[in-house]
Amino acid sequence: MRRRVTWRIVVALLSVLGAAACEGTGDGDDGRIVVFAAASLTEAFGELATGFRTTGGGVAVELNLAGSPSLRTQILNGASADVFASADPSTMTELVGAGAADDPVDFAANRLQIAVPPGNPAGVRGLADFADPRLLLGLCAEEVPCGTLARNALASAAVTPSIDTDEPDVRSLLTKVQAGELDAGIVYRSDVLAAAGTVEGIDVPPEVNATATYPIAVLTEAANPDAADLFKAYVLSREGQAVLASHGFEAP
Amino acid sequence: MSTARKRAGQRRAPWLIVPLAALAVAYVAVPFAALLQGAPWNDMGELVGQPIVTDALRLSMLTAFAATGISLVVGVPLAWVLARLRFPGRSATRALITLPMVLPPVVGGAALLFAFGRRGLLGAPVYDSTGFLLPFSAWGVVAANTFVAMPFLVLTVESGLRAADQRFEDAAATLGASRWAIFWRVTVPHAAPSIVAGSVLCWARALGEFGATVTFAGNLQGRTQTMPLAVFLALESDRDAAIALSLLLIAVSLAVLVPLRDRWLTA
Repeated sequence: MRRRVTWRIVVALLSVLGAAACEGTGDGDDGRIVVFAAASLTEAFGELATGFRTTGGGVAVELNLAGSPSLRTQILNGASADVFASADPSTMTELVGAGAADDPVDFAANRLQIAVPPGNPAGVRGLADFADPRLLLGLCAEEVPCGTLARNALASAAVTPSIDTDEPDVRSLLTKVQAGELDAGIVYRSDVLAAAGTVEGIDVPPEVNATATYPIAVLTEAANPDAADLFKAYVLSREGQAVLASHGFEAP
Repeated sequence: MSTARKRAGQRRAPWLIVPLAALAVAYVAVPFAALLQGAPWNDMGELVGQPIVTDALRLSMLTAFAATGISLVVGVPLAWVLARLRFPGRSATRALITLPMVLPPVVGGAALLFAFGRRGLLGAPVYDSTGFLLPFSAWGVVAANTFVAMPFLVLTVESGLRAADQRFEDAAATLGASRWAIFWRVTVPHAAPSIVAGSVLCWARALGEFGATVTFAGNLQGRTQTMPLAVFLALESDRDAAIALSLLLIAVSLAVLVPLRDRWLTA
């Protein structure tokens, strides 16, 4: 008797789980799209999501924000997403090559800037200071786009850097500069703008500065491709571009 | 060992217990099997022989042992105080020492930065007078490891001390042993299995530490880049290398943990 009751509970639980699983993968949900976006787009895409909801017929945008390579890995392993906005053309090229994304378009560009704590206590003046072993200096790790770009810029300026930490992403580097634990770090201009008041930016000369290009694409497995196309068009529209510009991004 | 096996053999499990236990094992085993199945066995030797890997492994081992050593020196006394003394705020103390287990490690790392960083509560005066700095150094890794891993030792040893028969300590006291002699010659030997178990847990937790380390100590090959940090960054660029590093980390922890457990915990 007791055994039968327990079985009923197990069966009930399984059917609830099954129903939940169907709901999760169910199509025809027109009211929602999932957008995977690079971490450096956090604030800009937050605003774009709100803007799209009001202009795009009430379609809600769910954001998943992380480093571009992590997002690529998630998509290649079957994460359900409609749109991918990357900080790095190579991750996008990889997805297109794997048949996971179609027709990417560049929608924004970003430049590097040196971030220093407020008041610039160490008196950092430019890229040349990154060779000073007495200063506490950070870069993004080589494995992430901002780290590759920063190393390119330093190489172009003929500076051999003396680095104290290779941070796994641009936000953790920025946090250490904000806390005053690092004297300087090389981040994106948009990051300095997002952290206005808690860090100061020093421009990198345009002749050595590298540009990060941001491509966007609708994914081939998108559950809601029509709304995804609309969102992509919205990001590329004059209104979307104005939002990106207000967050420190340039036109591609 | 043999008596334990005999007893287990005589006992028949209630009907749902064994399938549920099997489910628990499968849940942990399947991801590891997937990891093994995806491993780049042919390039393994080349991948794990690189300086970046040997540097990270050496740093991970050294800092995990250092953190366990520090935890033993201050954590066993703390466990004794929590188990044997009655004082106001004992529960609050225990809750406080448990916090690093509950807190996201990244938050723990940020808290360490606010305390011991260059601009930190204690870090600033020390830095200004001596120039000594914990972050961005191997000692910073040890500090982060100790913060996150020590609670495992304290809680394990405390429950070991509570379970131990206190009449031995009372007897030693009646026979005129000093408090210090009782602690060293009666309490500690009785608590030895829990001290070993606690050290093992503490060491294993320190070996896998990621969040607090990267937040507090940063990431630089040879200085602060431990195995988990190397694995995380490898995952961004080279999946094969990341899997190879993870397997190496797993192999090293098993090589240390299995003999320790057999030696101390199945007596």
